[in-house]
Amino acid sequence: MTFTTAFKAIATAGAMALMMSTAASAVTLQLHNGGDPGTLDPHKASGDWENRVIGDYIEGLLTENAKAEAIPGQAESWDISEDGTVYTFHLRDGIQWSDGEPVTAGDFVFAFQRLFNPATAADYAYLQFPIKNSEKINSGEITDFNELGVKAIDDKTLEITLEAPTPFFLDALTHYTAYPVPQHLVEKFGDQWTNVSNIVGNGPYLIKEWLPGSYVRSEKNPDYYDAANVKIDEVFYHVLEDQAAALNRYRAGEFDILTDFPADQYQWLQDNMPGQAHVVPFLGVYYYVMNQEEGQVLSDVRIREALSTTVLREVIGPDILGTGELPAYGWVPPGTNNYVAEADAYMPEWASTPYEERVEHAKELMTEAGYGPDKPLTLQLRYNTNDNHQRIAVAIAAMWEPIGVKVELFNAETAVHYDALRAGDFQVGRAGWLLDYSDPSNTLDLLKTGTNQAGTMNWGNNYGRFSNEEFDGLLSQASTELDLDARAKLLAQAEKIAMDDFAAIPIYWYVSKDVVSPKISGFEENAKNIFRTRWLSKSE
Amino acid sequence: MAGLTGKDQVLTTYANKLATLDAPKGRSLTQDAMRRLVRNKMAVISIFVLVTIVILAIIGPYFVPWGYSQVDWSNIRKPPNFEVGHYFGTDQNGRDMLARVLQGTQMSLIVAFVATFVSVTIGVVYGAVAGYFGGRVDAVMMRIVDIMYALPYILFVIILVVMFGRNPVLLFVGIGAIEWLTMARIVRGQTLSIKEKEFVEAARAGGAKPFTIIMRHIVPNLTGPVVIYATLTIPEIIIAESFLSYLGLGVQEPQTSLGTLISAGAPVAEVMPWMLLAPAAVLVTLLFCLTYIGDGLRDALDPKDR
Amino acid sequence: MLAYAFRRVLSAIPIALIAVTACFFILRLAPGGPFDGERALPPTVLANLRAHYNLDQPLVVQYFLYIWRLLHGDLGPSMVIDGFNVSQLISIGFPFTLTMALCAFVIATAIGMLAGMVAAVYQNKWPDYVLVLAVMVGVLIPNFLMAALLQLWFGVYLKWVPAGGWVSGSVWHLILPVTVLAWPHAGRISRLMRGSMIEVLGTNYVRTARSKGLGERLVLSRHAIKPALLPVVSYLGPGLSYLLTGSLAVEQIFGLPGIGKYFVTAALNRDYGVVLGTTILYMFIILALNLIVDLVYAWLDPKVRYR
Repeated sequence: MTFTTAFKAIATAGAMALMMSTAASAVTLQLHNGGDPGTLDPHKASGDWENRVIGDYIEGLLTENAKAEAIPGQAESWDISEDGTVYTFHLRDGIQWSDGEPVTAGDFVFAFQRLFNPATAADYAYLQFPIKNSEKINSGEITDFNELGVKAIDDKTLEITLEAPTPFFLDALTHYTAYPVPQHLVEKFGDQWTNVSNIVGNGPYLIKEWLPGSYVRSEKNPDYYDAANVKIDEVFYHVLEDQAAALNRYRAGEFDILTDFPADQYQWLQDNMPGQAHVVPFLGVYYYVMNQEEGQVLSDVRIREALSTTVLREVIGPDILGTGELPAYGWVPPGTNNYVAEADAYMPEWASTPYEERVEHAKELMTEAGYGPDKPLTLQLRYNTNDNHQRIAVAIAAMWEPIGVKVELFNAETAVHYDALRAGDFQVGRAGWLLDYSDPSNTLDLLKTGTNQAGTMNWGNNYGRFSNEEFDGLLSQASTELDLDARAKLLAQAEKIAMDDFAAIPIYWYVSKDVVSPKISGFEENAKNIFRTRWLSKSE
Repeated sequence: MAGLTGKDQVLTTYANKLATLDAPKGRSLTQDAMRRLVRNKMAVISIFVLVTIVILAIIGPYFVPWGYSQVDWSNIRKPPNFEVGHYFGTDQNGRDMLARVLQGTQMSLIVAFVATFVSVTIGVVYGAVAGYFGGRVDAVMMRIVDIMYALPYILFVIILVVMFGRNPVLLFVGIGAIEWLTMARIVRGQTLSIKEKEFVEAARAGGAKPFTIIMRHIVPNLTGPVVIYATLTIPEIIIAESFLSYLGLGVQEPQTSLGTLISAGAPVAEVMPWMLLAPAAVLVTLLFCLTYIGDGLRDALDPKDR
Repeated sequence: MLAYAFRRVLSAIPIALIAVTACFFILRLAPGGPFDGERALPPTVLANLRAHYNLDQPLVVQYFLYIWRLLHGDLGPSMVIDGFNVSQLISIGFPFTLTMALCAFVIATAIGMLAGMVAAVYQNKWPDYVLVLAVMVGVLIPNFLMAALLQLWFGVYLKWVPAGGWVSGSVWHLILPVTVLAWPHAGRISRLMRGSMIEVLGTNYVRTARSKGLGERLVLSRHAIKPALLPVVSYLGPGLSYLLTGSLAVEQIFGLPGIGKYFVTAALNRDYGVVLGTTILYMFIILALNLIVDLVYAWLDPKVRYR
């Protein structure tokens, strides 16, 4: 056989295999999901790449519509008591797990108890802490799970009691931490219930295959209550962390949706594939923390001010990153629910002074603090290894040079980076926060003074150890305020205090970056960047 | 990083010849070899190009209008522009690519030289000790070398670098510490054959310590193999370094290396080709030269043609 | 011969054990742990997780626990990928890595030997130059760059082959990854082959054969090829192990599951069990390969005696 005939044979075989693989299934969505899911268990998940898979196979009391707004899910309707602390949910008729067992209020009670059980070690249990006694159960203070504010009145009715009225609670219930789990399976298999051979679901899709490092594959659930309107029959959630490679595969027609793309290619995408790249404000803030522990250089507010005011935020998004992220001066992302009107949003005065003046003022501050051209301040700036973080760090280091700050860059993998931040082993460090639910308290809590637990301070995610009594007081006052407008004002006041005290350096507001093929319809841009497969359809 | 240039195989054969007294040794060999090397056109051109690159990398930064970490705010991610002195364009931070390529070449060369130095040192000491003492010691030490050939080194380097941060010194030492095995074999072979010579006997009778004998009589005769070995090791280390850079385990910013530059340029090959072309061209040229020099040296030292 | 093989295996055990021990302790001494993510875990949760994986025990106890389990063939759980243990991950990833490596190995060895022979026969004529250049490109361009460029060119521009991913049974999806893996391997093989072939062609017995009036084809096939293969064969073992460990960038860029990728992801995430498990697997394979190569070598070269 000559070389050409051999090549032809291979080509034909390959083409046939390709045709067969497309012919075998009706409508397949090839979704680039980014990271490798660490788990399919809703109580253990922590990333949006896990959310995309889990949210397609399990549905909570409420679920998201195409715009990611809360709509009835497994619960058909609900009543809220007048004081806003007791929610009664009425489950749909005929809902069932994919093995035929009915989904009952008991499954929800079981799921919430499992979520807060310290032995489950659920990362994000705190998102449901508005529920009565949940925090105490999670910290081991209460060991009787029946004291949790989640009760099954009967198989179809679920009652949830809160600690205090919480305006964002219904929204929080769309989060995967509030999903039910099949009690009968979890009791039988323990943690192995998410094994593909055991797993069941109650959502629009069912997990069929999980190949770590490559993909998860789901198929449409014929028993889902809205199955008639679900258009896509099969979903591949592809793992591929190399964004350039992902874009290549999108261009080759192998992916229908990219959930991230290299910022450098944004211009190229706009020029060559107009309308396919979606860059949308995403509720989240990208910021630098400054270690303010006693004895640290940055416990001096003058230096913090000098550093923060000399970050020229306007060049970061458009020039350094290339995707046009908006500059951040405050702490609560624009568009967050339950907050003051955008016109009243925090904006420091210095933001409107020309940059040169800011640099001059910063130089004076540095001199006051005892540093100057002869005695430069050397700061270590830590970031986790990533191209974008590196660029921003390099740019900001260059911005600080004129005020006499010498920056040493230090990058490490995510685990090491956050370990160092948590241990307070840093001076300036990169961090970012994506809101778990649309409420200002979710970001403001990042700056709350740590709590004393058995003699050691637990600072949680407040890496910089910012501590301000007035700020803490306003937050706790807001947490009991029933009137949403008054609450918003208290929170805005708190934000101003923290920002005027330069608690951290907000840099830009996050954007979500998706690329969606024109073949896909039903994709709606939204600030949560959640687009469930059940709302999408694909034309060949 | 087994054998980019196949040096382990070729040099192991050489080591065996040394051990069985099959190869000529001593200064005459080195001189002979030099003469033959000069006659090899490709090798001479390569040496010339290599020396040019090294010199440029060292003194170049002093003649470039921009510093490698200097940000030009008005020229971010711009193609080459001669008017403002960005001959190779700028990166996403507005830093001059020419300055960065020069600095990166310097860094890659330093990593390679230091790592090679470390591996040669370990190899010489280990091999000389094994060869000099012979017998049981030799058998055990060489057995260990044989087995160590079987360890997945690149994995160990990744573990080390991941675990102990991105200290460049550690990077050098880590990479160097895994490349000494073949060197040890060569030195052992050389030592075995030299230690029976009269002048060594005489030195020993004169009360010289083993260390002195090794350093004074054995090591100086190793110039040839060490040079080949080093020439062939350097490209391997440059490649290994670029691989680590691809994994994000390279040198710390704002410093850079050819591998770091290439792994930053690869994803933007289409939209900002200037970020990839310059460092890739330098890397490929560098490796080409080193390979040809290595080939030339090997041919020159091959006793077959005598 | 069996006794020789047995002794080889036996002598490798202590080194393997030392390597495992070193890995174990280096990993644990390193900063960061498997549960350090972007967000802080509540202390109780962290304590529970640590207890679940025995991380709260003294290090030495953990070590002996690990070795004890290892002796029973249990590589432990993955601490990052929930619900998978290390053996399961390896049994998913290894077939992919092995398939790619073996395909690349066979193709590259064949092409490399052929190219080396042709280059040697036409030494310093144009086929030699062309082949040497074609082969050197593969050796000198870092494989992550090669992978990205081939993906862009053949997957995106020309659309000849899939740009990545894996459909089981599809030869089509293997083409790019195998090419990237095979090219440098073919390069090294052909360089070795060319060198040793030139050497052999210059030896007295080949000259004698020629002077007897034997045709060039017969001279090559009967006298030259077998001795010229020796250095190539001795490279095959390290070469295959290089392919196995070198598949990492390929797996990353083409989105294939494979142990190379598992290893690096695990090392970065501090998934201790997976790092150790994959390292042990690699060591085992490399030791086995080296043994096989030595035996083949002995068969080719009667001068070698089993020590």
